Amino acid sequence: MKTWLPVPLLSLLPCLLLFAGAALAVPEVNEAERPRYQALLHELRCVVCQNQSIAESNAPLAKDLRGQVATQINAGRSNDQIRQYLTERYGDFVLYKPPLRARTLALWFGPFVLLAAGLVMAVWFTRRRRRPPGAAADVPAPVDAAALQGLLDRYPGERP
Amino acid sequence: MRYLVPVSLIVGLLVLLGIGLRLDPTEVPSPLIGKLAPPFDLPTLEDDGRVTSDVLLGQPTLVNFFASWCTPCLAEHPLFMRLSAGGSVRIVGISYKDRPEDTSRWLARHGNPFALVARDAVGASAIDWGVYGVPESYLLDAEGRIVHKHVGPISDADWRGTFEPKLRDLARLTP
Amino acid sequence: MIAELGHFALLIALAVAVLMALVPAYGVWRTDATAMAFARPAALVLLAVIFVAYLCLTASFVNHDFSVAYVAGHSHSELPLIYRISAVWGGHEGSLLLWVLMLSGWSAAVALLNRNLPLNISALVLSTLGAVAVGFVLFTVITSNPFDRLVPIPADGRDLNPLLQDPGLIIHPPLLYMGYVGFSVAFAFAIAALVTGRLDAAWARWTRPWTTSAWLFLTMGIALGSWWAYHELGWGGWWFWDPVENASFMPWLIGTALIHSLAVTEKRGLLKSWTVLLAIMAFSLSLLGTFLVRSGVLISVHAFATDPARGVFILGFLVVVLGGAFTLYAWRAPKLVSDGAFPLFSREGFLLLNNVFLSVSAAAVLLGTLYPLFADAVGLGKISVGPPYFNAVFLPLMAPLALLVGLAAAVNWKRARLTDMTRRLRLPLLLSLVVAALLIWQWATDIGLVVLVGGWLGCWTLVAALAEPTRRLRLTGRLPRGVAGMAIAHVGFGAMVLGITFVSLFSVERDVRLAPGQSADVAQFRFQFDGIEPIQGPNYDADRGTIRVYRDDDLVTTLYPEKRFYRGAQQLMTDASVRHSLSRDLYASLGEPIGDAGEWAIRLYVKPMMLWVWLGAVIMTLGGILAASDRRYRARPAALAEAAA
Repeated sequence: MKTWLPVPLLSLLPCLLLFAGAALAVPEVNEAERPRYQALLHELRCVVCQNQSIAESNAPLAKDLRGQVATQINAGRSNDQIRQYLTERYGDFVLYKPPLRARTLALWFGPFVLLAAGLVMAVWFTRRRRRPPGAAADVPAPVDAAALQGLLDRYPGERP
Repeated sequence: MRYLVPVSLIVGLLVLLGIGLRLDPTEVPSPLIGKLAPPFDLPTLEDDGRVTSDVLLGQPTLVNFFASWCTPCLAEHPLFMRLSAGGSVRIVGISYKDRPEDTSRWLARHGNPFALVARDAVGASAIDWGVYGVPESYLLDAEGRIVHKHVGPISDADWRGTFEPKLRDLARLTP
Repeated sequence: MIAELGHFALLIALAVAVLMALVPAYGVWRTDATAMAFARPAALVLLAVIFVAYLCLTASFVNHDFSVAYVAGHSHSELPLIYRISAVWGGHEGSLLLWVLMLSGWSAAVALLNRNLPLNISALVLSTLGAVAVGFVLFTVITSNPFDRLVPIPADGRDLNPLLQDPGLIIHPPLLYMGYVGFSVAFAFAIAALVTGRLDAAWARWTRPWTTSAWLFLTMGIALGSWWAYHELGWGGWWFWDPVENASFMPWLIGTALIHSLAVTEKRGLLKSWTVLLAIMAFSLSLLGTFLVRSGVLISVHAFATDPARGVFILGFLVVVLGGAFTLYAWRAPKLVSDGAFPLFSREGFLLLNNVFLSVSAAAVLLGTLYPLFADAVGLGKISVGPPYFNAVFLPLMAPLALLVGLAAAVNWKRARLTDMTRRLRLPLLLSLVVAALLIWQWATDIGLVVLVGGWLGCWTLVAALAEPTRRLRLTGRLPRGVAGMAIAHVGFGAMVLGITFVSLFSVERDVRLAPGQSADVAQFRFQFDGIEPIQGPNYDADRGTIRVYRDDDLVTTLYPEKRFYRGAQQLMTDASVRHSLSRDLYASLGEPIGDAGEWAIRLYVKPMMLWVWLGAVIMTLGGILAASDRRYRARPAALAEAAA
């Protein structure tokens, strides 16, 4: 997990460079909207960073975008409108939760299709090689190996 | 038969990883390509005038976001100086999160390749353009549509390899 | 001189590893006992030689030998001794050397501890481990030699990344690698089973303690990484579903599935080819993780500086190891027929379901991690797959699993009876409902479906896990370590489910700007900012904030978050300050100063039951230790010699 050398200074360059600039002041969001605001920030990717949401990042662009989100929330815009505002400018790449489209069908349904397949296989696997219906109900109790050997010894000609 | 399933999945996975090695995950195309440049209304650098997005119309334009505090901007600056001297394309500068006096001093020291300079003091207009950081450049056609976006300083090779062919295409389309 | 010695040791190690891979395999082929017996001493020599190389690199760090490029890139004259020692694994080259050291350590452990293994099995296991070692030593020598010299010699180093200068980071990577690499042993046993065609209860008994050991290291490694990220990154997050985290989580999920399927294989001689497949997959995913982290195909906060040559090399290595192993599997696995069937309603049936859920979870993580790469490769554009996706997909997969954990332990092997199960679980069910109700009443600030389900499932897992050992104790008066370990690990899982449920639902976070003397309310707490004072660390200067936390005017604790500037690396770092308790964490981290009036941007969090997540991991690890040390895994020369005959 968090092992590795957090990257290359080089790729953090845009973040660092931006440090010199001023950032928009992030407006306060009112108490009632704050959970929605925080939740939304965690869904949006900081595009200049390696892999952080704009809630987590300290990059100035992330701060600017936090400000945009706050402003738009205060203006009464919905989450979908805000997401659309950002994808129009930065593409679907900003969304940590990829929208359900044709190209993400496999992503969203893949795990559940796999789960269904796995469950079906488990059921099939435990049902096969069992006796036909009727006989299945009374499988003989496990036989003591010694007793079995005794029986086999007594009827040597009838080994299966 | 079913014992072959894992190995075929693995082959698929390895092929994908092989392709992945040739891709650059950090390169994100702009959704604005092919669209009209976002409208703006910004103050000019020197006086109290305003610049609107209308100035981008009429001829192919290179829009460059830059700042005096941005070190990589210096890397592309000589190229811009040569381009403006040669007159091959009009360059409009947008100074990003910079104090006007700093921008002016910087331009005075390194030369001013820009036909005009607008100021985006808080980076609000930059968000409309989908700017990540500076420098960042957009090539626009004469109708103000974004043809190409370049993140980071433009090298001579970038210019020759990408911008020049696109400019030639534009010139062919609009005689 | 020392660096050259280290480089030389690596070259010797390469030669030893090649011999260790080839000679015993030849012995097995020609049934030559002498050649087979070569494996054991070779494994010990390999460890010794790599240890020498490792010591050389450590010595270069301790001595500030900046003529070694890797040392110059990852150390600094002001770096404290303890971090100079841990800086050895602070970058790509050295961490690879650590990986190789661990691999040879595991091989030597197999050689020493499994002395009673049939000769051909032990020869094949060690030969496989030797082959893996060849790949990694070659990788180190060709693309990532940590002993390369630098000309001209720099006056000082570029310093160890400040993020890595943290006590958690001293032990996190070694633990994590122990886990990753530990799965190579289960992998090697799987290869040996495929080659010899021998896969029986004895094989499962040999493989189980190795798998459990690797798993417990990985569990601890992941938990420590999460702990570190929580304190060091300053975002209050503890799991980000970052590709690099996922790279460690996938082998963990499959390793967990493997532990459970090995139980079925040992007890009942069933699921043989599936168990072998899991053993191969667990290590394959470890290798895949190595590729993802070191090749640069994905964007991660934690990736190494990347180099295309390395990516190509690891990919080639993956092709050889994975391609070889899975082809061998396709060829030989059909012969590993499990005799007998079993009904779904039985212990083995429930363990099979456990495997379905765990494998599908791993597949979901793999899908989410690689989907952006896939989309890009087939021209669907750039997309991001992040925490909202993984949370949405993972929850429905984990909830049934948690339910199963409680049920399975109360179900008999072979053929269970519903009445037995319900009788055994009546009390745990009641108890879990009561405890869950209390917890939710106490800590839930808002009651919804998720907290009801998650809260109950956590309590259920926790309580039901104790039912089986209690019953065993009452019935027989004895509790085998294996059973106790299982129960404890499940208790840990339950604790973790509770922690995750509450902390995800009821964390409160606020970004505030405060001037000294001002305060902000977060949940029922008042965080009062007293101001900033400069302090000096050994190799950094810091601004340390003082934040007093009150609840109803009673002082609860005082937090001291820091903003550090590391002089060597010229980097700013956030060091969060956290007050942990079982009921909640109080967390503060400093953003940056705003204006000249002494105002600071500060992040404040109240995180209920956060500690339970890591506590759960610790308990799981303890369970693993107990289970791995069960008496029946210890060598019984007579029985094993008989099995070998």
